[in-house]
Amino acid sequence: MKRLIIAAIVIISMSVLSACAENGSSEEKTTRVIAAGSTSVHPYVEILVEEYRFLYPNHIVGIQGGGSSAGIRAVRNEIAEIGMLSRSLTEEEQDLWSVEIALDGLAIIIHPDNPVDNLSIQQVRDIYTRSITNWSEVGGHDARIHIIAREEGSGTRGAFQELVMADEFISQRAVVQNSNGAIRQLVSGNRDTIGFISLGLAEPQPGMSDVKALSLGGVAPTQKNVLSGEYELFRAFLFVSAKEPEPGSPTRHFIDFVLSDEGQEILMAEGLISIRGRVNDEED
Amino acid sequence: MMKKIREKLSGGVFFTLALSTISALVIITVFIFVSGMPLIAEVGLFSFTFGMNWSPGQGQFGIFPMIVGTVSVTLGAALIGIPVGICCSIFMAEFAPAPMRTVFRPAIQLLAGIPSVVYGFWGMIFIVPAISNHFGGLGMSILAGSVVLGIMILPTIISISEVSIIAQPRTYKEGALALGMTHWQTILRVQLPAAKSGIVAGVILGIGRAVGETMVVIMVLGNAVALPESILDSVRTLTTNIGIEMSYASGQHQQALFATGIVLFVIIMILNITAQIITRKKVK
Amino acid sequence: MRVNPRTAQKFAKGLIWAVALLVIAVLLFIIVFILYRGLSVINWSFLTEVPRRSGRAGGIASPIVGTLSVTLLAVLVAMPFGVGTAFYLAEYTRGGIITRIIRFCTESLAGIPSIIYGLFGFIFFVDVLGLDWSILSGGLTVAIMILPTLIRTSEEAIRSVPVTYREVSYSLGGTKWQTIRRAVVPSAIRGIANGLILSVGRCVAETAALIMTAGVELAMPRSVMDSSKTMAVHFYTLVMEGLSTRNAYGTAAVLIILVFLINVVANMLINRFVAKGR
Repeated sequence: MKRLIIAAIVIISMSVLSACAENGSSEEKTTRVIAAGSTSVHPYVEILVEEYRFLYPNHIVGIQGGGSSAGIRAVRNEIAEIGMLSRSLTEEEQDLWSVEIALDGLAIIIHPDNPVDNLSIQQVRDIYTRSITNWSEVGGHDARIHIIAREEGSGTRGAFQELVMADEFISQRAVVQNSNGAIRQLVSGNRDTIGFISLGLAEPQPGMSDVKALSLGGVAPTQKNVLSGEYELFRAFLFVSAKEPEPGSPTRHFIDFVLSDEGQEILMAEGLISIRGRVNDEED
Repeated sequence: MMKKIREKLSGGVFFTLALSTISALVIITVFIFVSGMPLIAEVGLFSFTFGMNWSPGQGQFGIFPMIVGTVSVTLGAALIGIPVGICCSIFMAEFAPAPMRTVFRPAIQLLAGIPSVVYGFWGMIFIVPAISNHFGGLGMSILAGSVVLGIMILPTIISISEVSIIAQPRTYKEGALALGMTHWQTILRVQLPAAKSGIVAGVILGIGRAVGETMVVIMVLGNAVALPESILDSVRTLTTNIGIEMSYASGQHQQALFATGIVLFVIIMILNITAQIITRKKVK
Repeated sequence: MRVNPRTAQKFAKGLIWAVALLVIAVLLFIIVFILYRGLSVINWSFLTEVPRRSGRAGGIASPIVGTLSVTLLAVLVAMPFGVGTAFYLAEYTRGGIITRIIRFCTESLAGIPSIIYGLFGFIFFVDVLGLDWSILSGGLTVAIMILPTLIRTSEEAIRSVPVTYREVSYSLGGTKWQTIRRAVVPSAIRGIANGLILSVGRCVAETAALIMTAGVELAMPRSVMDSSKTMAVHFYTLVMEGLSTRNAYGTAAVLIILVFLINVVANMLINRFVAKGR
């Protein structure tokens, strides 16, 4: 009995000691940058970081999820250097420094076996308010439409509300899932569903069943059409920081990498739209 | 002398441990109430609890549909879990042949330790599609949630009830058998009543687990915010409301989620009081 | 109508056998199904490689380490507090109003969803104490979370020790502490251990609270101050984001095997401990 207790005490004190020791040493080499926030931006930044680690092994970047607002909180409390946002800053958040890292199209997705290929934005709106409740009303098969939406507060839902719903609201009967991936899986598994997700994730993915991204008013959801402005559903992904990161700081170094040709190419390969395209477009 | 010191010391140590535990728990309670109360004060307790409309974006915070969701799913899980669980614990304690028991007791413990997300995943790929195929619709429903939670709480109920049946002194059982009761009568009239406090504890723990479960219900309920019309409708529970929206919530929306936590807390307290009254009455 | 007790017994026995076998079949099916799909994924590199491309490729070495360290930390911290409180409640108080309040608090808190503990942990450990997203923050948060379970089960185990044991000890001149150590602990240890195993299970299984406190880092943690995904969190992301069903089955299978090993080892330890204690 005594021996066990002593053993337990030794283990506890050892782990606490080692924790303190590690803590002390890691504070000396604080080149660690933490990016936290939106679960929509997370997967893309994860891929950026993998490449970044490969190129600059001395620079450590950690990524945390938690959602856009958790990102803001983390930046304000200096837990994270970078906040990742899939929505624009609210009025109370205007004091933060921010930069757009990419644009993301919003795809309206359905099951591949659903014969519908094209809807007008008005039709999508009517489906989500449940003025239209059967696929046959929009040229599909005779079945009830199951609408799937993101949760209140998510950047993707916010963008959908603003760009598609305008003054009307998504029906309370909508099934709610809290990630792009979950909506994609549900839609790919049921013929009667409709959902909306990040355009980059609507494309075929290895090991996953496909979904079909609808054309809106005859415009196909492609990177090109987003850039040209013909496909109207898109929003920006932001990096925010408590204040503008100083030149030469590790935070700046990572942000510069994300905004570089290389970083933007990685994001484009993953289905996002480079901010450069748009900047150039506006200048032309 | 040593004896006395040791006596005082052990009492003091236990008291300190108990005190720090309780203070940790009290701090959390206070934390939830402080974070959520401002919103309840602003919206009003009645319109918060009995409001039918949840759309934080428009400043509407009514959680009645979610209370209905929590109650219906929990009730469903209890209807499945309690009778089946008690039957199994009687089986394990009294009827199972010894070799079977030595295999199943650890197996049940093992199942209690299996992460709820695994049960949720199993529900997603078996129960939800099965309901969808048999009854139509999306399959994400009160029924799916009840079945998955009902199965999930079984190991908790079984292992705790079984321990308390076995823990009864053998003399109870021997006395009853000697009086000419059948084995079944002994179980029903002597052993179960004697083990009641343990069984109730197991049931409460199991139901508590069902009420408090977040991830599983996110996976199989569909999380729609409307009031359900049948057990095949998608619902949202109080926990899901917090779990699914917390990551993106800020400001009033976030307060509303904490307020949801307060309501959940109160429901669990009511559950506890009822359970305590029931056990006390029957003891007398 | 009066039913012959023998007939009633036959009927009840049959019913209970049927229900029990059905439940065992369903539960076994869940395990066997996951293991069947998952075992083919598990190989040496799956266990020793760090996940790549958000878990689409690579193994689950870092989530395994994360799970083990969070669980160990949580149990080591919670055990003295939980069991100590249980002894205090069961042995040192006489069912007064204070005891009732304490018991009421713990029971109510047992039902609070883990996400609230997660939120508390995020604000208190991650932010206020400045521990960042780390195994330490996660472990401490989960430690608080398992306290109610631990207290409830331990207290139940202590209370189910027959009063006669204590009376004998006292009548032989034993003090309270001696009575607890020599008469109560040996009989209650199995029940307490049961509660401990339940709690370990909750640590291993926890998802919501750990996303907010231990974080979702996939790199190999080097100390308790590093963030790390646990297996349950990793599994949840793999499933919900649809990243890789194959790796999800693999992760679930490893989780089940881990829980199994913990059970076996715990039971072995208890048996040795009980044998020595007597």
